[in-house]
Amino acid sequence: MLNLAREVMVSYAFIERNFNLLKRYLNWEILFFTYSIVNALTIGLIMVERGSSEDVLYLVIGALIWGFLSIMMREVSDAITWERWEGTIEYTFIAPIHRVTHLVGSCLFAILYGLLRTGVVLSIMPLFFGNYVDLSNSNWLTMMCVITISSLSFIGIGLMAAIFPLLSPEKGQAATGILQSILLLISGVYYEIDVLPVWLQPFSKISPATYTLRSIRAAMLDNASIASQKQNLLLLLIIGLITIPFGFYIFHQGEKYAKRVGRLKRSG
Amino acid sequence: MSSDVVVLNQVVKHFYRKKRLPRNRDLSGIQQFASSFKNYKEVVKAVDGISFQVKSGQIYGILGANGSGKSTLIRLISTLLLPDSGQVNVFGYDVVKNSYLVRQMINRVSVEAAFFKRLSAEENLVYTARLYGIPVMEARRKAEHILNKLGFDSKRMHEGMEDLSRGMQQKVAIARALLTSPMLLLLDEPTTGLDPTSKRDVQSFINDVRHQQDTVVLLTTHDMVEAEKLCDQIAIIDNGKIICEGTVKELKLLISQTEVTLEDVFIQLTGKTLSEE
Repeated sequence: MLNLAREVMVSYAFIERNFNLLKRYLNWEILFFTYSIVNALTIGLIMVERGSSEDVLYLVIGALIWGFLSIMMREVSDAITWERWEGTIEYTFIAPIHRVTHLVGSCLFAILYGLLRTGVVLSIMPLFFGNYVDLSNSNWLTMMCVITISSLSFIGIGLMAAIFPLLSPEKGQAATGILQSILLLISGVYYEIDVLPVWLQPFSKISPATYTLRSIRAAMLDNASIASQKQNLLLLLIIGLITIPFGFYIFHQGEKYAKRVGRLKRSG
Repeated sequence: MSSDVVVLNQVVKHFYRKKRLPRNRDLSGIQQFASSFKNYKEVVKAVDGISFQVKSGQIYGILGANGSGKSTLIRLISTLLLPDSGQVNVFGYDVVKNSYLVRQMINRVSVEAAFFKRLSAEENLVYTARLYGIPVMEARRKAEHILNKLGFDSKRMHEGMEDLSRGMQQKVAIARALLTSPMLLLLDEPTTGLDPTSKRDVQSFINDVRHQQDTVVLLTTHDMVEAEKLCDQIAIIDNGKIICEGTVKELKLLISQTEVTLEDVFIQLTGKTLSEE
């Protein structure tokens, strides 16, 4: 049986380790960070002088939320990729920890890191957009609620994506990238999903990012309450409740396969 | 209670290696192009029906050339690989069915000291301590003690692993394993590539660990002198099979009554020299 206090302490090992790694790879961090800011800015600036401030905010929200969700998804999968490259995965797998604890630790880091990065980018926005980005009418409570619930489904997807690098670090990273880009295409990050070809629209309906973006836009642009977003929140919760256990199951199967064929060995 | 710490019973492990089909000059250009994407799988028998027992208090050595199956055996015992058939028990627990329990009792040092290279030795050790639920202060004290005994300058604990020499990295790897007070320590060629001084430090430390901490050690090596110096019992492995097992004295008696070295025994029994590998 899980000793909860011990498992919480153990999961902290992954959070601390990953923040230590961030410090050591600070130059890369600055690069990614700069890219996130510039990306959000350039996308938002497209609408300045062309559309209303709501149009600018519509795009900025897309860039910010997509940045947050993709960090979460990527970090969970990268936690495995990193260990594969460094060759430490065998040492993590030999430690007496439950896989749930290992993956939850990686997910918690992903959430904290995603919030930190998005928060910083968000705080810089007014410097560039001035009156174009008016957040006074935003419902922050609804936004935080949507972020919290949607994080579950993205963690679930991240767990599924984490088996790619478990089986092959190089191909795994590519596969995670492809999955991420498909979600970007179908989820209405910068446009409404109605503009997608009809055959693609059903896929949008199963992407948690679609509902996340809809509700966050409603909260930030129209001051939508939590109650008004309950349908989207319920869908996000259902997707999360399905993808997380399924993600763990898939990861467990991937681990068994890796142990059977000898894929945990150091590579790179 | 049985004194057997590790019991392997008819353990088999195969791997499949992807190989490209050889070029067939009789094929047309297009056919040759198409066949260049085709692979076939070659079966490699890494461990082929191995059985042995390691008793408590022992340093058990597995001697073999590169590619003989030593590391695969260590991975099977340390729950990192699943056997195709046969059974591996550690302290009476099946490593497949009771993997979590087994992992609480073991640790491993491999030939490659795998670490987060940019993190310092201390950060890597703290990470391990947290994984094993060891209080960080206690882990720091313990690690410093182990590293001092291994001749590692504790001032360098804060340097990135990538700035440390191979010998120093290996000493940190040993500290990482012993920090967790394993009842069974799996050492996979721990001294390969070390300079003579580091090698001696590590070997004498292994001996101390056995005597002072009552840790059972399973050591793989292709260093005959090391095996002779440290091991109570030795198995010689070749092509995934154990070809003989016994004390150093027993093994020497297998090939001659006269004065021979363990290397002579190895060459005579495997038909190989270590330099061939």
